[in-house]
Amino acid sequence: MGDYAYAAPATVDSTVELLSSSASSGTRTQVLAGGTDVLVQMRSIDRGPRLIVDVKQLAETNVLSIGEDEIYIGAAIASAILNENAELKSKLPGLIESADLIGSTQIQGRATIGGNLCNSSPAGDTIPALIANSAVCHIVGADGERDVPVEDFVTGVGTNCMADHEFLLGLRVPAPKGNTGDAYLRFIPRTEMDIAVAGAGVRVTLDDSGTCTAARVGIGAVAPTPLLVPEAGDALIGTQVDEEALNAAAAACSAAASPITDKRGTVEYRIKVVGVLCKRAGAIARDRAKAR
Amino acid sequence: MAKVHVSTTVNGQPMDVLVEPNDSLLDTLRDGLGLTGTKEGCATGDCGACSVMLDGRLVCSCLVLGAEAEGKTIDTIEGVADGDGLHVVQQKFLEHAALQCGICTPGFIVAAKALLERDPNPDETTIRYWLAGNLCRCTGYDKIVRAVQDAANELASPA
Repeated sequence: MGDYAYAAPATVDSTVELLSSSASSGTRTQVLAGGTDVLVQMRSIDRGPRLIVDVKQLAETNVLSIGEDEIYIGAAIASAILNENAELKSKLPGLIESADLIGSTQIQGRATIGGNLCNSSPAGDTIPALIANSAVCHIVGADGERDVPVEDFVTGVGTNCMADHEFLLGLRVPAPKGNTGDAYLRFIPRTEMDIAVAGAGVRVTLDDSGTCTAARVGIGAVAPTPLLVPEAGDALIGTQVDEEALNAAAAACSAAASPITDKRGTVEYRIKVVGVLCKRAGAIARDRAKAR
Repeated sequence: MAKVHVSTTVNGQPMDVLVEPNDSLLDTLRDGLGLTGTKEGCATGDCGACSVMLDGRLVCSCLVLGAEAEGKTIDTIEGVADGDGLHVVQQKFLEHAALQCGICTPGFIVAAKALLERDPNPDETTIRYWLAGNLCRCTGYDKIVRAVQDAANELASPA
């Protein structure tokens, strides 16, 4: 096996070419965005040499567009930049909060939503919020471009659906219309800078009478992958997102959870807390939707 | 291993350096450029001792590759003082005894300076959250927070 190497290709095509030729020659590659997970892993878990392919310099991974129907978030945009964008924050407050929760000021200056997704941790904070928002991964590779819903992207602990010749360009998020609101909450034992014990993201749309017409719930850190919980969304649709409906959604989240016991929490605790988080995030999303 | 040639600007000076592809920016600053003011604490982005400004943004230099510095502007602790004149944040750290062993101090000063440039009048909560990624095992943080508050006051109305 060869040595480490670093490349920052200038175009998407040359990036795909490099990833493809490396895959066929048996050279290991590591796509690099903000590096806040990758560099730590390079030093601790996996010290094996590889070709580091930096995709941060590409114009396409830095696109941030807020359209009538779609909000596009380039995969390599640092969380601090997203958080400083007032329009984006007002449209998707829950998603931006989920990114802002991750790490310190220093981490925020580098970490990206795309990287959080591609790291594919069960506890990745942005993933339940992306799922709740029906976000879609915009992937490019040797076979061209393809779109994959976020809930289908992560395939296991630290693994995802992308082939060696593919990388993530950005995320397509349906723009919130009418009375739509989102929220993400996680539980950690400290006030900040920790890994979620459990997390829940909720997005709801209400009609003029306050009745819920659409709802999606994503949960994290309670299964090998972040999960879409259709039963939780269904429990909110057709209701006023009141106490009873939120309790039903919470029960659906607890039922969908299949967590492990580790130093952060036990199976029983996580099952309970993920429901509580869904209920609280649902109430915040509802209030945000009403305030629109 | 093929070294990478990097052209970058450090504390206003254009610099050229050869780096190993897996060197961190911290390695490059300390071992490649001899700028040892930036410290290594944890090397996993938790402690903030290696804080530097990269294109005007506060980052942990242990979580950036040296190769990523190509074409970028880096500001380190060595560029904070103006010749022999200490920056007000440095002066206040001295006056408030906001350091003991000193390993975390360059990171705290770079981070606190970045905060005051964004928010000249931060409240205590803002200061504590902004500096939450800088760990100090000596002071208990209180003196550091007081030093930053006093630096903000000094900048608002110079004595």
